[in-house]
Amino acid sequence: MSLTDLTIAQAGAKLAAKQISAVELTAAHNAAVAALNPRLNAFITTTPELALEQAKAADAMIAAGKAGPLTGIPLAIKDLFCTEGVRTTAASKILEPFIPPYESTVTAQLKAAGAVCLGKANLDEFAMGSSNITSGYGPVENPWKRYGSDAKLVPGGSSGGSAAAVAARMALGATGTDTGGSIRQPASFTGLAGIKPTYGRCSRYGIIAFASSLDQAGPMARTVEDCAIMLGAMSGFDARDSTSAERLVPDFRAATARSVKGLRIGIPAEYRVDGMSAEIAALWEKGVAWLREQGAEIVDISLPHTKYGLPVYYIVAPAEASSNLARYDGVRFGKRVDGEDLIDMYERTRAAGFGAEVKRRIMIGTYVLSHGYYDAYYLKAQKIRALMLRDFTLAFDKVDAILTPTAPSAAFGIGEKMDDPVTMYLNDVFTVPASLAGVPAMSVPAGLSAEGLPLGLQVIGKHFDEETVLTVSAAIERAVNFTAKPTLMAGAN
Amino acid sequence: MGYMLEGSTGAWEIVVGLEIHAQVISESKLFSGASATYGGAPNAHVSFVDAGFPGMLPVINQECVAQAVRTGLGLQAQINLMSRFDRKNYFYADLPNGYQISQFAHPIVGTGVVEIELQDGTIKHIGITRLHLEQDAGKSMHDQHPTKSVIDLNRAGVALMEIVSEPDIRSPEEAGAYVRKIRQILRYLGTCDGNMEEGSMRADVNVSVRKPGEEFRTRCEIKNVNSVRFVMHAVEAEAQRQIGVWESGGEVVQETRLYDPARGETRSMRSKEDAHDYRYFPEPDLLPLVLDEAWVEALKSKLPELPDDKRRRFCEQYGITFYDAGVLVADQTTADFYETVAKGRDARLAANWVSGDFFAALNRTGSTIETSPVSAAALGELLDLIGDKTINGRIAKDVFEIMVETGKMPAAIVEEKGLRQVTDTGAIEAAVAAVLAANPDKVAEYKSGKDKLFGFFVGQVMKATQGKGNPALVNEIVRAHLG
Repeated sequence: MSLTDLTIAQAGAKLAAKQISAVELTAAHNAAVAALNPRLNAFITTTPELALEQAKAADAMIAAGKAGPLTGIPLAIKDLFCTEGVRTTAASKILEPFIPPYESTVTAQLKAAGAVCLGKANLDEFAMGSSNITSGYGPVENPWKRYGSDAKLVPGGSSGGSAAAVAARMALGATGTDTGGSIRQPASFTGLAGIKPTYGRCSRYGIIAFASSLDQAGPMARTVEDCAIMLGAMSGFDARDSTSAERLVPDFRAATARSVKGLRIGIPAEYRVDGMSAEIAALWEKGVAWLREQGAEIVDISLPHTKYGLPVYYIVAPAEASSNLARYDGVRFGKRVDGEDLIDMYERTRAAGFGAEVKRRIMIGTYVLSHGYYDAYYLKAQKIRALMLRDFTLAFDKVDAILTPTAPSAAFGIGEKMDDPVTMYLNDVFTVPASLAGVPAMSVPAGLSAEGLPLGLQVIGKHFDEETVLTVSAAIERAVNFTAKPTLMAGAN
Repeated sequence: MGYMLEGSTGAWEIVVGLEIHAQVISESKLFSGASATYGGAPNAHVSFVDAGFPGMLPVINQECVAQAVRTGLGLQAQINLMSRFDRKNYFYADLPNGYQISQFAHPIVGTGVVEIELQDGTIKHIGITRLHLEQDAGKSMHDQHPTKSVIDLNRAGVALMEIVSEPDIRSPEEAGAYVRKIRQILRYLGTCDGNMEEGSMRADVNVSVRKPGEEFRTRCEIKNVNSVRFVMHAVEAEAQRQIGVWESGGEVVQETRLYDPARGETRSMRSKEDAHDYRYFPEPDLLPLVLDEAWVEALKSKLPELPDDKRRRFCEQYGITFYDAGVLVADQTTADFYETVAKGRDARLAANWVSGDFFAALNRTGSTIETSPVSAAALGELLDLIGDKTINGRIAKDVFEIMVETGKMPAAIVEEKGLRQVTDTGAIEAAVAAVLAANPDKVAEYKSGKDKLFGFFVGQVMKATQGKGNPALVNEIVRAHLG
């Protein structure tokens, strides 16, 4: 088996058994990146030398018997995580020259665990998008193709570069961030597992903020177990993030081996949205059957405020973003375009530095927070958000986890759905409720569409119960036995 | 009827409310570990959090919260066990995040009250609406370069308390007394140094005028007034301006104004139409601030005695006048100095000495209690020498002057200069006899009814004893001799 086609668990075992070295493993991935990235554009910045250096250090850790399950594992880091000394752009031109003098907590923890950074993965600009088309550094191409078509498809977003990198075997795993589905939807579009943990599980320190009350880091990998391994290293309390939770990190990996027997799985009626494709509905039914066969109890539930999820999300997230992005003013770091005076400099800098989608969301966010509109939009949205959280709380009195589709469709073409931003926003319909409620949710590959593209199912759990989410996702994974591979991948040609 | 301004259409009442921004005394900033000390090279005290770098997050400084709670307790105000931070959004080059983290809807401290005293001794209560915590901005300097502005972020992120009063103030004098009182309380508590000239305390003054009995009229806000005197002047000048506007048939428009101390007038800064829309919303990077009641109680139990309480205690404990007590509690150091002097001694005499000769000496020598050549112990010793009749009050004044000049202890001075009071009857008898013998004509005059000459004889005897004669004894013996 090719080194780039291993899972993290397999690679870790080989490294530990000294069957392969971290340097070999990293070199194979560096080569894959060099071969495929020019086509797929999954990385904004690649760091092959740094990766080899880290791999050498990892080999030393292994030799010293100090290795953990991530030691020597080559990863793609979403370019929203600040990495000390390595350019970090958030896929925005406004941060083109920005090299952070500090490291995000999540990547620092991965580094400490011995993981290797292959480069900084492309994304939608400031994580605003579901297609990776809004990146200031060009779109990412999905390595998957429709049967008999070479049409370029989107990898989903915003963590599209991370998704494409892992799917195309350029990395064994990747960090993502999820604000309204930015891990789960691209995972679904590229045949990966990806988990958005509970809000507060991973520190946000050093992650460039999009919407602070929703942003959460999480792993993307080719198996549920790999996600569990990464999540273990990424999680934990951080005094530098006041919203991070003082909770012990459980053994996530162990949870992937548990049985779903006796678990109660909720099927929310409100997710059967109008116009849901027969294909997605059928996939969902299959998921129900797989879990039932393994001994889970299926329970019909109601999450009555689901239909408000999208409008609430598209008020709350832009509101926070409009404020979070005010710091990109050309004064202290990043791009500056000089002007006649201060205001002119601001306007020129931000006009040149931000793309259309970011500007649109800043405008929406500014509007909903404005005097006279705040109560009608932002305040009302917050009230509904509280009701949505209550929906989940009540549902979790009756069930241990919830099963839904991850996205309403398979990956679409670059250039499709581009004329109307609202059509694009509909991609997030199944993923935003868990974000708004702060509960953990995972997408797991569940099959292929009629056109041969991956489709995912979503498992939603209780606050800080990622373990059950992983248990249920792993059960689906076992039932599906997803072996399909993308057209474009390392070693494929 | 209180303070009124006379206009061409009659009397006008002034209505004033104040927002005082007080910089919190703390080691580090409100949301970062950077030093909050005043001064330092430009941009020396700046963390990535203060500079608004991507991915940086605020973490609240517990000591700043404690300082706000102490202040709230000192203002006899309600402490809100649940408060919340909000973002106040606006663009400016010295506001790194593009928003200020403040408390808008749910401040840490609610309603309270302070007592002010006016010149005529009247006591008035001024309501406190709220106190909230917020971060300061940096400093923009526009005069350092021909075409560029430079920014110093040392102050960016330093904790401020904004103390908002009710519109209970009715005269420039009340406004001044209020600011002084707030400053006094903050200094007692050690929560703000109150140095208005350094900008660690500044006031926004809201002024309107009305005819007695009317509802409030439109107010204007005068920003960033930085001395007690200027607050008083600004109130007066702005009230006069508004009266002029109303009486000439115009209408006062709500706006932000600046006070120009050189011209003694206020001028428009920006109108309501130009006012920022701050787009306040809850700060998502911080959880609501929840205080433990026991923690607040612990802070309360360690609160120092505040000026009003101290003043009342001084009156009761030391039997001094309310006025004198007010002078002595003006600041903590003076009050402590007085108590050290008064302890176990004649407290009223101590009050007279401290607020009289001692303050005069400080003024004259340009020193403070901390730098004073006369310590509390030294002044106490002087009072002891008076108390045990080692010296009399007149000599005490001389001794005190020597203490101011030399910093020596009074007993040593008395010994060195031989200033011990003469209580030896024989010595005084001899001196009296000598004086009477030397002035037979005056004695005759006295005996023929010129009573006033009694003082002359006493004076001569005191002179003969170099002032050291016990005054009571001298009187007695002179009287006996003149029989």
